[in-house]
Formats: sequence, C-alpha cells, structure tokens
Amino acid sequence: MDALFAIAGKDFVISVSDTASARSIVRMKKNCDKTYKLSSHTLLAVCGEPGDTANFAEYIQGNVRLYSVRNSQDLSPSETANFIRNELAGSMRSRKPYNVNMLVAGVDQNTGAASLYRIDYLAAMAKVPFAAHGYCAYFVYSVMDHEYTEGLTLEQGFDIVKNCLTALKERFIVDFPDFSIKVISTNGTREYDLAEI
Amino acid sequence: MNRFVEQLVNDNNPANLEEVGYASNGMHFELASGNNPAAFTEQFTDVKSEKDARIKIAHGTTTLAFKFKEGVIVATDSRATMGNVISSQSVKKVIEINPYLLGTMAGGAADCSFWERVLGMECRLYELRNKKRISVAAASKLLSNLVYRYKGMGLSMGTMVAGWDGKGPGLYYVDSDGERLCNDLFSVGSGSTFAYGVLDSHYRYDMSVDEAKDLARRAIYHATHRDAFSGGVVRMYWVNQNGWVAYPLEDVGQLYYEYHPEIQLTNAVDSPLNATA
Repeated sequence: MDALFAIAGKDFVISVSDTASARSIVRMKKNCDKTYKLSSHTLLAVCGEPGDTANFAEYIQGNVRLYSVRNSQDLSPSETANFIRNELAGSMRSRKPYNVNMLVAGVDQNTGAASLYRIDYLAAMAKVPFAAHGYCAYFVYSVMDHEYTEGLTLEQGFDIVKNCLTALKERFIVDFPDFSIKVISTNGTREYDLAEI
Repeated sequence: MNRFVEQLVNDNNPANLEEVGYASNGMHFELASGNNPAAFTEQFTDVKSEKDARIKIAHGTTTLAFKFKEGVIVATDSRATMGNVISSQSVKKVIEINPYLLGTMAGGAADCSFWERVLGMECRLYELRNKKRISVAAASKLLSNLVYRYKGMGLSMGTMVAGWDGKGPGLYYVDSDGERLCNDLFSVGSGSTFAYGVLDSHYRYDMSVDEAKDLARRAIYHATHRDAFSGGVVRMYWVNQNGWVAYPLEDVGQLYYEYHPEIQLTNAVDSPLNATA
C-alpha cells in the first residue's frame, strides 16, 4: 500500500514517498522514512515486503558507502542503479528472493545531470523521466504523463507533485498521514515540507 | 548458470543456515529434515487459529507499551488460546531479558520465548565483550536480524523491546517479517486495535507514572473486554533509569466491577429470583 513516486528534471529529482508503516489493518507508525541516502547525491526509495525493504536497502547502503570509502569516489547514479539491479537479479535466482521495488534518484557530480531509475522486484530496470510504484502508480502515472515536459523547472515539478497528491487524496481509499518530499540536486539532498511546495 | 544451480542446491541445505549466522557459537535452531522444512512443518500447523491442525500454536494477545517522560510502561494480558480453547489464563507475556530490557510476547509463544531468550544471551555477551550495556536500538536490531534469517520458515512473533539506555527510554517493535520500528507507542496482538482506541485518545508524553499506569491498565482491560482471545490478568511493568519494576497482577474480572460501579455482584441467595413472595 506504500505510495512511492518521483519526477526528474534536468538537474534535479523530486522523490515523494508516504510515511506510513502498516501491519495488516493497523498503522503502526506514521512518520517513517522510506528513503535511504546512498551518497551525498544519490537517494534510494524503497517499498514492498516488510522486512525485505529495510534489509535490502541497508545492505545496498552499506555496500555503496563501502565503495566510496575504498575508492575515495562515489558511485554515479547509473553505476549505483546497475549495482542494485545486479544484486536484486542475483537474489531473484536464489531460494528466498528479496521482494522490493525501488526508485534510484541521483545527480551525476561530474556532468551535473539528474537521472531516475525505476527497479521493480523482478529486477527490471529502466531509466525514466518519472516513475511510480504500488497502487499509487494507478493514480499518479496519468497525471505525470499528462503534465510532464522535458526540462521542467523545480516549481513545475512541485506542481505535478501537488496534482499527484490531489489525485491520491481524492480517489485512493488509503488515507496517507503524510508524505516525505525530497529533492536531489547538485547541492545535495533537501527535504521539503508539504506546505512549502 | 552453474553458479545459480549451486546456489539453489546450497540454499536447500538446512545446515547452510548454520554458516549464515548466529549459530557460529555451536547453537542452532533445529529444522525438520527434508527438502523444504518450512513447507513440511506448515501443513501440520495452524498459523491463524482457524485450521484444525496437529500443532496448535498458542495465540491471541493484547500487549502494549509506550514511552512517556518518566520511562516506558509495558502492559499485557495473560491469556493463551489454542484454537477455540483457552489454554492458560496466567501466561507471562513480558519477558525479562535483563534488568534493563523487557520483551513482549505476541504470536507464537514458543517463538517469542525462545528467541528472546537467545536475545538475552546475545545482550549478555555484548556486555561482557564491550564492558557496557547494550542500547535498546542495538538489542532490537539483534532480534530483528535473528528472526529475519528465518523469514518464510513459519516463525510468528510480534514483539516489543523496551528498555532504558544512554538515550533515555527506548521502545522498538520487531516482528517475524523482519520489520523493526521505533515509536512512542505500540500495541500488538489480536486485541491491539481495542487498546489503540483507548491509548490514542488519552496518551500524552508528559503523564505521571500513576496516570500512565492507569491508562495502560484501562487499555488492556478494554481490549480483554472486546477481544475473546485476550483476558486473564493485567501484567504491568515500568522501565526507568534504574531498570524495570513489576507491579502486582490485576484480574480483569475485578477491574470490570471497578470500572462499572453501577453493576453490583449479587449473591445467588440474595437474587430476586430466590426471594420468597
């Protein structure tokens, strides 16, 4: 039931994730962060099977950071995404595959170009301008398809996010308590308040 | 391709689990022998107290815990059910891991007591190795890593790890999915929704100890009142900087008359039906 989507501009990516954690019909927590900082300019957002999500994301986070320490250089977003895809593809061919969907958002520190990768639990990966996971995808994809223009500004991006959230609020039976909105740009990662955008 | 085949063959071997983790000290969790121990055991087990199976797991619970300014309150009911039968009214669902850490029991009773006993051992080893007490965060992470290794093998537990460490009161929820959450307030078990109803409407962080105890007692009481799988007595603990203290047990049957003073216990002899005209 997690809501997870992101929109990429030329030099920024907006990542939106809900902050609810549910067990069966009960909301156990309403302020949980489903994103993991892989480096100063790369963010991993996860959803899927409880337990798997945190475990896989922490495993990825550990290894991506280990790479940075060993090589005194961060992995680029595309390198990170390909590493994650490969790990997931390996896991998928084991007895107990990870059931995790992901969005990898990042800005390449050499070129300054932003990129967004969508990886699903079958380890299918695509580089996309915008993406969504879970049930929320049924609501927000049409909004993003309709309103996305190449090279949009941050403000235009926020407008799409607002419309996506309206769509969810209006038509989705699940009521999300809050959303975590993060923007990855050349300056690093910044969290925005729902009222700010 | 051979690598994948090899991986599948190795994953198949229960002995392989030993290498993976905590079994490094010679202990390991015994699995049914055969090709797929999890599936084998599952056909004889009632996972949701619905199936009529050979292995009936003790189920059904209300447990709750919350942080407040003076520490953590942990409270549970004491009923165990196996299918439709109440198998015990005096279960200890609070597990005393060490003088500063408590665990609660919901789901499979055996799973909880076994793994929290193992957690107790790991926490003691941590103390001996590092010459300091383990934090609640680290202890709960040990437990979640421990059970995550057995994910999909039929473990069933929803537990809260509560304690006091360098950061003050600590409270984590850990379940057999491998999920681990930190929050101010949790309730777990079949009666949790009823407990949440009472807790959420009256919970404040700046409560006094007496207020907190009263809230916890009422939440458990109301859960036992509506949830058929919860009952018995209210068992309550308070964790403060000096460790946990346990409180006397309170029969929820007695609490019923305490909370509803308008209802009087009548002796059968005094009953109006026996009154001679």
